[in-house]
Amino acid sequence: MTAPEVTGDVLVSLGCALIAIAAVGLLRLPDAYNRANAVSKAAALGVVCVLLGALVLVLTPASAVILGLAVILQLLTTPFGAYAAARAAYRSSAPFDAATRNQAPPPPAASAEPEP
Amino acid sequence: MLLDVLLGVLAAAMAVVIWRLVTGPTDADRVVAVDLAFVIFVAGTALLAVRLRAPSALILVLAATLVGFLATVALAHLLERRQP
Repeated sequence: MTAPEVTGDVLVSLGCALIAIAAVGLLRLPDAYNRANAVSKAAALGVVCVLLGALVLVLTPASAVILGLAVILQLLTTPFGAYAAARAAYRSSAPFDAATRNQAPPPPAASAEPEP
Repeated sequence: MLLDVLLGVLAAAMAVVIWRLVTGPTDADRVVAVDLAFVIFVAGTALLAVRLRAPSALILVLAATLVGFLATVALAHLLERRQP
Protein backbone atom coordinates (compact mmCIF):
# COMPACT_ATOMS: atom_id res chain seq x y z
CA MET A 1 0.00 0.00 0.00
CA THR A 2 1.59 3.23 -1.12
CA ALA A 3 0.59 6.67 0.07
CA PRO A 4 -1.56 7.55 -2.99
CA GLU A 5 -3.46 4.27 -2.66
CA VAL A 6 -4.19 4.93 1.00
CA THR A 7 -5.30 8.50 0.25
CA GLY A 8 -7.55 7.34 -2.60
CA ASP A 9 -9.08 4.56 -0.51
CA VAL A 10 -9.81 6.96 2.35
CA LEU A 11 -11.43 9.52 0.02
CA VAL A 12 -13.53 6.91 -1.76
CA SER A 13 -14.67 5.37 1.53
CA LEU A 14 -15.58 8.80 2.92
CA GLY A 15 -17.59 9.61 -0.20
CA CYS A 16 -19.49 6.32 -0.09
CA ALA A 17 -20.21 6.86 3.61
CA LEU A 18 -21.68 10.30 2.85
CA ILE A 19 -23.85 8.83 0.07
CA ALA A 20 -25.02 6.12 2.47
CA ILE A 21 -25.95 8.85 4.99
CA ALA A 22 -27.95 10.58 2.24
CA ALA A 23 -29.76 7.32 1.54
CA VAL A 24 -30.57 6.88 5.25
CA GLY A 25 -31.92 10.43 5.29
CA LEU A 26 -34.05 9.71 2.23
CA LEU A 27 -35.39 6.63 3.98
CA ARG A 28 -36.03 8.01 7.47
CA LEU A 29 -36.79 11.74 7.34
CA PRO A 30 -40.46 12.72 7.56
CA ASP A 31 -41.28 15.02 4.64
CA ALA A 32 -40.04 16.03 1.19
CA TYR A 33 -38.22 19.16 2.37
CA ASN A 34 -36.17 17.31 4.98
CA ARG A 35 -35.32 14.63 2.42
CA ALA A 36 -34.21 17.23 -0.12
CA ASN A 37 -31.98 18.81 2.56
CA ALA A 38 -30.28 15.51 3.44
CA VAL A 39 -29.84 14.42 -0.16
CA SER A 40 -28.42 17.69 -1.47
CA LYS A 41 -25.74 18.23 1.17
CA ALA A 42 -24.56 14.70 1.81
CA ALA A 43 -24.75 13.50 -1.78
CA ALA A 44 -22.98 16.51 -3.29
CA LEU A 45 -20.05 16.22 -0.89
CA GLY A 46 -20.06 12.43 -1.22
CA VAL A 47 -19.85 12.31 -5.00
CA VAL A 48 -17.11 14.95 -4.99
CA CYS A 49 -15.11 12.85 -2.49
CA VAL A 50 -15.60 9.70 -4.60
CA LEU A 51 -14.46 11.49 -7.77
CA LEU A 52 -11.39 12.92 -6.04
CA GLY A 53 -10.54 9.47 -4.69
CA ALA A 54 -10.86 7.96 -8.15
CA LEU A 55 -8.62 10.73 -9.45
CA VAL A 56 -5.95 9.81 -6.90
CA LEU A 57 -6.29 6.09 -7.70
CA VAL A 58 -6.17 6.54 -11.50
CA LEU A 59 -3.79 9.44 -11.99
CA THR A 60 -3.37 10.02 -15.72
CA PRO A 61 -3.66 13.34 -17.57
CA ALA A 62 -6.87 12.30 -19.32
CA SER A 63 -8.55 11.17 -16.11
CA ALA A 64 -7.37 14.33 -14.35
CA VAL A 65 -9.09 16.51 -16.97
CA ILE A 66 -12.30 14.46 -17.01
CA LEU A 67 -12.65 14.04 -13.25
CA GLY A 68 -11.65 17.65 -12.52
CA LEU A 69 -14.32 18.87 -14.93
CA ALA A 70 -16.84 16.47 -13.39
CA VAL A 71 -16.04 17.74 -9.86
CA ILE A 72 -16.46 21.37 -10.93
CA LEU A 73 -19.73 20.61 -12.71
CA GLN A 74 -21.06 18.72 -9.68
CA LEU A 75 -20.21 21.56 -7.33
CA LEU A 76 -21.90 24.06 -9.66
CA THR A 77 -25.02 22.09 -10.56
CA THR A 78 -25.98 20.09 -7.45
CA PRO A 79 -27.11 23.08 -5.34
CA PHE A 80 -29.26 24.38 -8.17
CA GLY A 81 -30.81 20.98 -8.75
CA ALA A 82 -31.65 20.63 -5.07
CA TYR A 83 -33.07 24.16 -5.00
CA ALA A 84 -35.25 23.41 -8.03
CA ALA A 85 -36.50 20.19 -6.42
CA ALA A 86 -37.37 21.91 -3.13
CA ARG A 87 -39.08 24.83 -4.92
CA ALA A 88 -41.09 22.36 -6.99
CA ALA A 89 -42.09 20.56 -3.77
CA TYR A 90 -43.34 23.84 -2.28
CA ARG A 91 -45.21 24.94 -5.40
CA SER A 92 -46.84 21.55 -5.77
CA SER A 93 -48.14 21.89 -2.18
CA ALA A 94 -46.19 18.99 -0.72
CA PRO A 95 -47.37 18.61 2.89
CA PHE A 96 -45.14 19.74 5.75
CA ASP A 97 -44.30 17.46 8.63
CA ALA A 98 -46.49 18.15 11.67
CA ALA A 99 -43.44 19.13 13.75
CA THR A 100 -42.45 21.94 11.35
CA ARG A 101 -42.55 25.34 13.00
CA ASN A 102 -43.26 28.44 10.90
CA GLN A 103 -44.96 26.61 8.08
CA ALA A 104 -45.15 28.63 4.90
CA PRO A 105 -48.62 29.53 3.54
CA PRO A 106 -49.85 27.51 0.59
CA PRO A 107 -48.51 28.83 -2.72
CA PRO A 108 -50.81 30.74 -5.07
CA ALA A 109 -52.67 28.65 -7.60
CA ALA A 110 -50.68 27.75 -10.67
CA SER A 111 -53.45 29.07 -12.91
CA ALA A 112 -52.78 32.61 -11.59
CA GLU A 113 -49.44 32.67 -13.41
CA PRO A 114 -49.51 33.98 -16.98
CA GLU A 115 -49.26 31.16 -19.45
CA PRO A 116 -46.49 31.59 -22.00
CA MET B 1 -11.69 -5.78 -2.17
CA LEU B 2 -12.52 -2.41 -0.62
CA LEU B 3 -14.03 -1.25 -3.90
CA ASP B 4 -16.31 -4.30 -3.98
CA VAL B 5 -17.62 -3.47 -0.50
CA LEU B 6 -18.17 0.16 -1.48
CA LEU B 7 -20.05 -0.88 -4.63
CA GLY B 8 -22.27 -3.00 -2.38
CA VAL B 9 -22.94 0.04 -0.20
CA LEU B 10 -23.93 2.02 -3.29
CA ALA B 11 -26.22 -0.81 -4.38
CA ALA B 12 -27.96 -0.69 -0.99
CA ALA B 13 -28.38 3.07 -1.35
CA MET B 14 -29.85 2.55 -4.82
CA ALA B 15 -32.32 0.04 -3.34
CA VAL B 16 -33.42 2.74 -0.87
CA VAL B 17 -33.89 5.15 -3.79
CA ILE B 18 -36.03 2.65 -5.68
CA TRP B 19 -38.13 2.03 -2.58
CA ARG B 20 -38.70 5.76 -2.23
CA LEU B 21 -39.52 6.05 -5.94
CA VAL B 22 -42.18 3.36 -5.65
CA THR B 23 -43.75 4.34 -2.32
CA GLY B 24 -42.94 8.06 -2.04
CA PRO B 25 -46.02 9.82 -0.67
CA THR B 26 -45.75 12.78 -3.06
CA ASP B 27 -44.16 13.35 -6.43
CA ALA B 28 -41.73 15.80 -4.81
CA ASP B 29 -40.21 12.84 -2.95
CA ARG B 30 -39.75 11.09 -6.28
CA VAL B 31 -37.90 14.10 -7.74
CA VAL B 32 -35.52 14.08 -4.76
CA ALA B 33 -35.06 10.32 -5.15
CA VAL B 34 -34.12 10.71 -8.83
CA ASP B 35 -31.57 13.35 -7.81
CA LEU B 36 -29.92 10.88 -5.41
CA ALA B 37 -30.17 8.10 -8.00
CA PHE B 38 -28.02 10.03 -10.46
CA VAL B 39 -25.52 10.86 -7.72
CA ILE B 40 -25.21 7.15 -6.91
CA PHE B 41 -24.87 6.33 -10.60
CA VAL B 42 -22.02 8.83 -11.03
CA ALA B 43 -20.17 7.48 -7.99
CA GLY B 44 -20.73 3.88 -9.07
CA THR B 45 -19.43 4.56 -12.56
CA ALA B 46 -16.27 6.14 -11.17
CA LEU B 47 -15.74 3.19 -8.80
CA LEU B 48 -16.28 0.68 -11.61
CA ALA B 49 -13.78 2.47 -13.84
CA VAL B 50 -11.19 2.15 -11.07
CA ARG B 51 -12.20 -1.44 -10.21
CA LEU B 52 -12.05 -2.68 -13.82
CA ARG B 53 -8.90 -0.64 -14.60
CA ALA B 54 -10.70 0.95 -17.55
CA PRO B 55 -9.96 4.69 -17.39
CA SER B 56 -11.80 5.23 -20.67
CA ALA B 57 -15.04 4.53 -18.79
CA LEU B 58 -14.48 7.74 -16.83
CA ILE B 59 -16.02 9.71 -19.70
CA LEU B 60 -19.34 8.17 -18.61
CA VAL B 61 -18.95 10.07 -15.32
CA LEU B 62 -18.97 13.37 -17.20
CA ALA B 63 -21.99 12.38 -19.30
CA ALA B 64 -23.94 11.13 -16.28
CA THR B 65 -23.21 14.36 -14.39
CA LEU B 66 -24.79 16.46 -17.12
CA VAL B 67 -27.72 14.10 -17.71
CA GLY B 68 -28.42 13.96 -13.97
CA PHE B 69 -28.55 17.74 -13.61
CA LEU B 70 -30.81 18.14 -16.63
CA ALA B 71 -33.11 15.33 -15.47
CA THR B 72 -33.52 16.85 -12.00
CA VAL B 73 -34.28 20.33 -13.35
CA ALA B 74 -36.66 18.98 -16.00
CA LEU B 75 -38.57 16.88 -13.48
CA ALA B 76 -38.80 19.84 -11.09
CA HIS B 77 -40.23 22.03 -13.83
CA LEU B 78 -42.72 19.34 -14.80
CA LEU B 79 -43.84 19.12 -11.17
CA GLU B 80 -44.19 22.90 -10.91
CA ARG B 81 -46.09 23.31 -14.16
CA ARG B 82 -48.53 20.47 -13.66
CA GLN B 83 -52.12 21.63 -13.30
CA PRO B 84 -53.79 20.09 -10.26
